[in-house]
Amino acid sequence: MITRRIYRALDARLGTTSIGRTALAKVFPDHWTFMFGEIALYAFMALLLTGTYLTLFFEPSTSETVYDGAYQPLDGSKVSSAFASTVALSFDVRAGLLIRQAHHWAALLFVAAIVVHMLRVFFTGAFRRPRELNWVVGVTMLALALLNGFTGYSMPDDLLSGTGLRIIYSTVLSIPVVGSWIATLAFGGEFPTPETTPRLYISHVLIVPGIFLALISVHLLMIIRQKHSQFPGPGRREHNVVGSRLWPAYAVRSVSLLTGVFAVVFALGGLVQINPVWIYGPFHPAKATSPAQPDWYVAWGDGALRLFPPIEFHVFGHLVPAPFLPAVGVGTVTFLLLYAWPWLERWRTGDKASHQILQRPRESPGRVAVGAYALTFFAVLLVTAADDIIARLTRIPVTGLLRTLQILVLVLPFVVAAVAFFTARALRAGTATSLGELTREDLHAGLSGRSIDRRPDDEPEERIRLWRNPDDTWRWRWYGPGEELSSNEAFLDRQEALDAAKTAFPGVRVEQDEPPEGVVLPPPQHKPGPATKAAAALVWVAMAVLGRRADRRTPSRSEASE
Amino acid sequence: MSGTGPMSGQTGAVRRIRFAFAVTVLGAVGFAVSYGLGGNTQLLGLSLAVAFAGLAYGLAVWGRRLLPTGGFVEQKPELAASPQQRDLLAAATDGPESPLQRRGLVGMLLLGVGAIGVALLFPLRSLLSFRKPDPVTMLRHTAWEAGVRMVTPEGEPVRLTDIQAGTIQIVVPEGHTRDGDAPAFVVRLNPALLDRRPAAGDLGGVVAYSLLCTHAGCPVGLYEQTTGRMLCPCHQSAFDLYRDADPIAGPAARPLPGLPIDVDEAGFLRARGPFTAPPGAGFWSRP
Ligand code: HEM
Ligand code: FES
Repeated sequence: MITRRIYRALDARLGTTSIGRTALAKVFPDHWTFMFGEIALYAFMALLLTGTYLTLFFEPSTSETVYDGAYQPLDGSKVSSAFASTVALSFDVRAGLLIRQAHHWAALLFVAAIVVHMLRVFFTGAFRRPRELNWVVGVTMLALALLNGFTGYSMPDDLLSGTGLRIIYSTVLSIPVVGSWIATLAFGGEFPTPETTPRLYISHVLIVPGIFLALISVHLLMIIRQKHSQFPGPGRREHNVVGSRLWPAYAVRSVSLLTGVFAVVFALGGLVQINPVWIYGPFHPAKATSPAQPDWYVAWGDGALRLFPPIEFHVFGHLVPAPFLPAVGVGTVTFLLLYAWPWLERWRTGDKASHQILQRPRESPGRVAVGAYALTFFAVLLVTAADDIIARLTRIPVTGLLRTLQILVLVLPFVVAAVAFFTARALRAGTATSLGELTREDLHAGLSGRSIDRRPDDEPEERIRLWRNPDDTWRWRWYGPGEELSSNEAFLDRQEALDAAKTAFPGVRVEQDEPPEGVVLPPPQHKPGPATKAAAALVWVAMAVLGRRADRRTPSRSEASE
Repeated sequence: MSGTGPMSGQTGAVRRIRFAFAVTVLGAVGFAVSYGLGGNTQLLGLSLAVAFAGLAYGLAVWGRRLLPTGGFVEQKPELAASPQQRDLLAAATDGPESPLQRRGLVGMLLLGVGAIGVALLFPLRSLLSFRKPDPVTMLRHTAWEAGVRMVTPEGEPVRLTDIQAGTIQIVVPEGHTRDGDAPAFVVRLNPALLDRRPAAGDLGGVVAYSLLCTHAGCPVGLYEQTTGRMLCPCHQSAFDLYRDADPIAGPAARPLPGLPIDVDEAGFLRARGPFTAPPGAGFWSRP
């Protein structure tokens, strides 16, 4: 069979067999919260693909040109090449608008998935030793995602992005001592300059995506090396991972997720308009925008700029401008805290141990409180970024609304954090599995910090069986109350299998060691037949749809080696 | 699990997967056809999304219904090596034969590498052309000076008589229509209502100010004639023109710098000097 020939050829040259076997048998935990990282990865792939297509048409230059194309209101007008090529991508390049909008939607999805993924890691304590380094890599990727989103948004040289660019320029300018140097070095002079767009471009399509590729590789390699953490459950120990194997089940589900992400991105890209730069018009330094909101992941900065009172002060006779504290300050403090969090928490709790079993959020009420504080704080900032719209819709004067939000941003995070803290303590104290099941006693325990006596679980009845297969490989299986878990791969000798079992379940009795006649236990729930049938069905349907006569030979069986 | 037995559940699943993949083929064909027919964005997006959604659904059913989910366990051996092994590694890196033992040389090496590193930072300075003045000079200076004619962004000169009550006229220095720091506006106020004399002076109620918000530099485009206020669309700062453009709401903390205004023999507006202060957002070395 062709696959066997390929395997043999590769193995003879590179020795890929054992890596390949280990990789296919790698176990992934089956929990829905583990999907967000994958969604981020697949959104990044969508960005790479759509972005590469855009580079074939986009001209990163602000030199003047005449737009000459299908969009009537601008036809014949003198605009920058960047703006003209973006309009051309939207009206004159067939499928260009789909790809452009899909790129933008994928960017929004990408950042959202990263944020949710990070929240999962945060609230379950997955960043604890030994995974602090991967947390640091992840926080860096979040920062880069924000940066790349912003540079992408700024490149088309439309009125809205030009205004956003000016606000960023002013924000950099506000940094004490070095601000004017950093801003003018980065922009190549005083805003706006012809140097800006080409620099944004090279950073957006080469430098930052390159760093991303490197960091994503590091991120995934660390996961492979350390293996996944997992939620507590039957058979889940510090020295094992329980779930589905990469091949076949997990791979199929993950590709399903990939195609699902692509489906969402292209549905939004085709059906929901985003960033219609032709309506905003080209950038001009003397033209004001009509009120407009930035992309959601930079809107917190916009909200902070709006909320902060009009305070500028002097240090040694030098000015510290208004944008410094809300924009530079909040951003810097947030990212410093994010980077430092694993060590801050270790210092607070004194917990230096290595953890493979995740926590439920309730197990660390303090962490829940901090997370709730941060989420509420940023939620208020996001709402503030739309205060003009809210004022218009509700007819509340914008100044009154702003006052209210200024109070809310100070008070609300503490309130939410306190509620979250006591709820977590109540959940931890009692036996409730969800909020609805909380009893009054639990709530009391949550408020007073007293813990309710719970009898320790009885030592579960568990054992491991080891056996030899007819093909002379060895497998083992763990039996616990109400749960059975199979070793993820077949071992070549008995000792190897035994070692694996003892690593995964230290101290558990291994029995029926080599049954006399080599009893073969059936592998759990494994049904190879239908997969082959479905493959045949796929081929048949494809051929039928293409109008060819299907020739009903069953395709050769693809063995799934047990 | 639906159906009467495991096998019937599976045939159902297989049927659904087959259907889903057929939808994918239809979606792909739809995409190609829409492209061929002119590339309607909605149709393209919808058909491509349908194609991918077919794959997503089919594979999800395949993965969940026809393949084993869960039930496997993999051992996770300790990653850290024994202290003895770590000592061996340490001995290999800085044992007696190691170059690291020559502390003095290593120190000089680090110094050399550091020196190269610092030297290589110098070319970063080229990001700001040497033909341009230093940043602070650039930020303080605009193209406005005594005698420069005020023109519209399109380059048309402006007469005093063009300035009507009720609207603002955006002006830029002649020859510098796209300068980022120069945009200004001219407006006719009721001189009787002036609470504070404009520091840059006025021409019978006609005054000129920088257009750039002193908060983060957005052009403050919105003039409210009834109150004599300029509003910034970015973060809702408001400036009271009857109080020399003082900020009265929002996050801006400084008034808009004024532009001394004059009218020449031909009736055209000209600047009488530079802005009363550097325009736009603040910076460390701003006076
Ligand atoms: C890594 C994450 C990335 C993010 C968050 C991102 C985000 C964005 C955003 C928000 C835009 C504005 C689109 C619009 O006009 O509505 C944009 C434009 C663009 N992006 Fe990306 N992008 C990423 C990666 C890439 C990559 C890898 C490439 C190319 C290899 C690329 C190429 C482009 C091009 C050429 C444009 C300008 C075209 C246009 O504005 O229509 N992007 N990007
Ligand atoms: S730039 Fe005008 S209020 Fe912020």
